[in-house]
Amino acid sequence: MYTIVYSEELAPSVKLFHVQAPLIAKKCQPGQFVIVRMDDEGERIPLTIADFDREKGTITLIFQEVGHSTRQMGSLKQGDQFLDVAGPLGKATHIEKFGTVVCIGGGIGVAPVYPIARAYKEAGNKVISIIGARNKDLLILEKEMAAVSDVFHITTDDGSKGRKGLVIDPLKELIEAGEEIAVVMAIGPVVMMRSVAEVTRPYSIHTIVSLNPIMVDGTGMCGGCRVSVANENKFACVDGPEFDAHEVDFAGLMARQRMYHHHEKQERPQGGSCKCHG
Amino acid sequence: MSWVKNKMPEQEPQERRRNFSEVALGYAPDTAQSEAKRCLQCKTAPCRQGCPVGINIPEFIKHIKDGDFDSAIAEIKTKNNLPAVCGRVCPQEDQCEKYCVVGKRGEPVAIGRLERFAADQFRLSETKQPAQPAELNQGKVAIIGAGPAGLAAAGDLARLGYKVTVMEALHAPGGVLMYGIPEFRLPKEIVASEINELKELGVEIMVNAIVGKTFTIDELLNEEGYDSVFISTGAGLPHFLEIPGENLNGVYSANEFLTRVNLMKAYKYPAAGTPVHAGQNVAVVGAGNVAMDAARTALRLGAENVYIVYRRSEDEMPARAEEKEHAKEEGVQFRLLTNPMAIVGDDKGWVKGLECIRMELGEPDSSGRRKPIAIPSSNFVLDVDTVIMAIGQGPNPLVQQTTPGLEVDRRGNIKADENGQTSKEGVFAGGDIVTGAATVILAMGAGKKAALAIHEYIQKKKGC
Ligand SMILES: Cc1cc2nc3c(=O)[nH]c(=O)nc-3n(C[C@H](O)[C@H](O)[C@H](O)COP(=O)(O)OP(=O)(O)OC[C@H]3O[C@@H](n4cnc5c(N)ncnc54)[C@H](O)[C@@H]3O)c2cc1C
Ligand SMILES: Cc1cc2nc3c(=O)[nH]c(=O)nc-3n(C[C@H](O)[C@H](O)[C@H](O)COP(=O)(O)OP(=O)(O)OC[C@H]3O[C@@H](n4cnc5c(N)ncnc54)[C@H](O)[C@@H]3O)c2cc1C
Ligand code: SF4
Ligand code: FES
Repeated sequence: MYTIVYSEELAPSVKLFHVQAPLIAKKCQPGQFVIVRMDDEGERIPLTIADFDREKGTITLIFQEVGHSTRQMGSLKQGDQFLDVAGPLGKATHIEKFGTVVCIGGGIGVAPVYPIARAYKEAGNKVISIIGARNKDLLILEKEMAAVSDVFHITTDDGSKGRKGLVIDPLKELIEAGEEIAVVMAIGPVVMMRSVAEVTRPYSIHTIVSLNPIMVDGTGMCGGCRVSVANENKFACVDGPEFDAHEVDFAGLMARQRMYHHHEKQERPQGGSCKCHG
Repeated sequence: MSWVKNKMPEQEPQERRRNFSEVALGYAPDTAQSEAKRCLQCKTAPCRQGCPVGINIPEFIKHIKDGDFDSAIAEIKTKNNLPAVCGRVCPQEDQCEKYCVVGKRGEPVAIGRLERFAADQFRLSETKQPAQPAELNQGKVAIIGAGPAGLAAAGDLARLGYKVTVMEALHAPGGVLMYGIPEFRLPKEIVASEINELKELGVEIMVNAIVGKTFTIDELLNEEGYDSVFISTGAGLPHFLEIPGENLNGVYSANEFLTRVNLMKAYKYPAAGTPVHAGQNVAVVGAGNVAMDAARTALRLGAENVYIVYRRSEDEMPARAEEKEHAKEEGVQFRLLTNPMAIVGDDKGWVKGLECIRMELGEPDSSGRRKPIAIPSSNFVLDVDTVIMAIGQGPNPLVQQTTPGLEVDRRGNIKADENGQTSKEGVFAGGDIVTGAATVILAMGAGKKAALAIHEYIQKKKGC
């Protein structure tokens, strides 16, 4: 069992947990994820390792309540437990001193970007960060991101904090101003990642995105997470989740993410307390 | 004496095709005893050469005949840790029963059904005693993967006095027994109960432990204090056909489809959290046991038409005769000499058809099988909304990639000799990861051989 030793609400329906998982905390690297399962009837849900404390043996998970499982997860409190936490999964981010890197996080995507930005910084890069959300209440990890960035931008769709607009606006300006960018790392909703890819493509700036297809096992045995990259099928859980943004079939990814939409609308027991199905 | 096997009761096809309860219901005690009487108790017992784990077949059958069911299971368990599983899923017609003397004139003794009977009697008996753990002071062994190979090795090593930890990537042990073979052929409760008996022997099972990620083999040997490692990670990597449309919604690998239904219990959705899409018209590509399992599962999820699409003819189908029969009885439709060319999608990215071409059989190829050849311009579209690919699996590369000095063959399987010794000292391997996809009992046989070799290796190391 994996105990939640700390919990915090970062934004409406966005929660942070510190989870006791010493074997994972010892090994994990930025860019990796875990699969969690709440109880015996539960789904296996992939979540990025947003931070870790090797000494305390904890990992940090940050998640948004978007559907049945994440809502049920949101009802867990400090002291509650996950039945299963497996990992660390996926390939770690390739970190070295590149020069200038731009780290872009959209919405909940700021959570996975944070440990990567920190590692880039520790490796001696100039880190320019851009984080964005629909409005100021949905912004997460501002202080943390600011602390690991040389230059820091905030955008909101409605202008309630930072500048009004999208995360690609500051990126475009940086490129137009002639900033020598070695790598762009972008994580967030697929539409956001796709638009970042379109901004950098004409300039051939190496751009990396972290994909979030639907997963089951997360260890390479089902192929449910397959995505087409450079016209070849890859399993995001073992070959990724990070890929070259200029090679990803984003339209295919978006279509596959909707595979269970009609199921999710079905009538389901709400919250985590219903045990009537026994 | 009768020349035919005693019949095993089964659920009627019309009833069972829509439920997940076990199809075969097992012998009652009097039927089992009557079947046991058909055994001639041959001195040479040719049946034994067909059993990869060497069960003393006439001996356990004699106990059943005498009504001493406790002794029957005790005899089996000296060789086989998972008899309720093996009695259900082994292809006995190619193993023990193939060599049975009675089979020369009539039907062989139903060894598999009798093994199953003994194991079920024991499991359901109220007076059964937990197994006594041996003293575990001989050394520490790590086993990677809790499928039949790993579990067989674990049981034997614990009996030899080793402290064994089985590391399993998924949240439940069992390997294919848990995620692959469907509930209606092998109830998961039975798998769990036989695995629990291993725990009583002192075997520790660590789930959610992915070797190559959570630990590497070198760390297990050099830092975590294991004297030896046994790799039994199976053949879990699904193959796709690489035809257009394979990423459409509604296309599954058999592994994903079966994992959702078996391991994640998607057939109980929404009471269980994992959904599965089972369409109205389902094509399963392939004709092995995995394809039969996927097809019969799709029927039980409510599909109206389920097709097996296979490019050769019925004679070449690799599935067991019994599986094929069961599938037919339940209404699975066979589209033979039919080869998929492309999956056709609608404008929302969902499967709406499977484009196929008709085939005919030509001359035998190097494998001796007649080669299927496409008939020009015979393309047609099968009207389906789900496609399940059951065309084989390869080795999962995670352990091999993270273990320097471990040799693999050109297909990525780990190279090991017949005792399981790999190219790396202290590291043994067995089961599907060495042979490619095979059978439960062969994997168990490999696990047992490796357990002995590991025992020898550790004792020798301690000696000097
Ligand atoms: C490698 C990886 C890392 C991830 N890291 C995080 C993270 O750190 N924090 C976080 O909040 N989420 C993360 N996700 C997404 C998260 O797994 C999904 O939000 C979650 O599975 C939804 O479960 P649900 O039952 O609550 O929602 P559902 O009821 O299943 O779905 C609700 C909505 O989410 C969509 N959805 C379902 N599964 C996924 C998925 N895997 N990815 C994206 N959308 C999905 C559905 O199409 C639907 O619109 C990650 C996904 C992957 C693959
Ligand atoms: C659908 C289906 C039906 C079948 N039906 C039959 C049948 O009726 N009769 C029969 O005899 N055979 C059948 N087989 C074949 C049989 O199941 C296999 O040959 C057998 O399970 C192989 O055993 P194994 O121990 O080598 O591997 P597996 O059973 O595959 O077990 C391997 C285990 O290792 C785990 N693992 C993998 N990588 C790692 C890692 N890096 N770290 C930790 N754990 C890891 C996996 O999660 C898995 O649990 C069937 C197979 C399938 C897929
Ligand atoms: S070969 Fe057949 S008849 Fe002879 S001992 Fe074995 S099971 Fe009995
Ligand atoms: S989630 Fe199953 S292969 Fe990636």
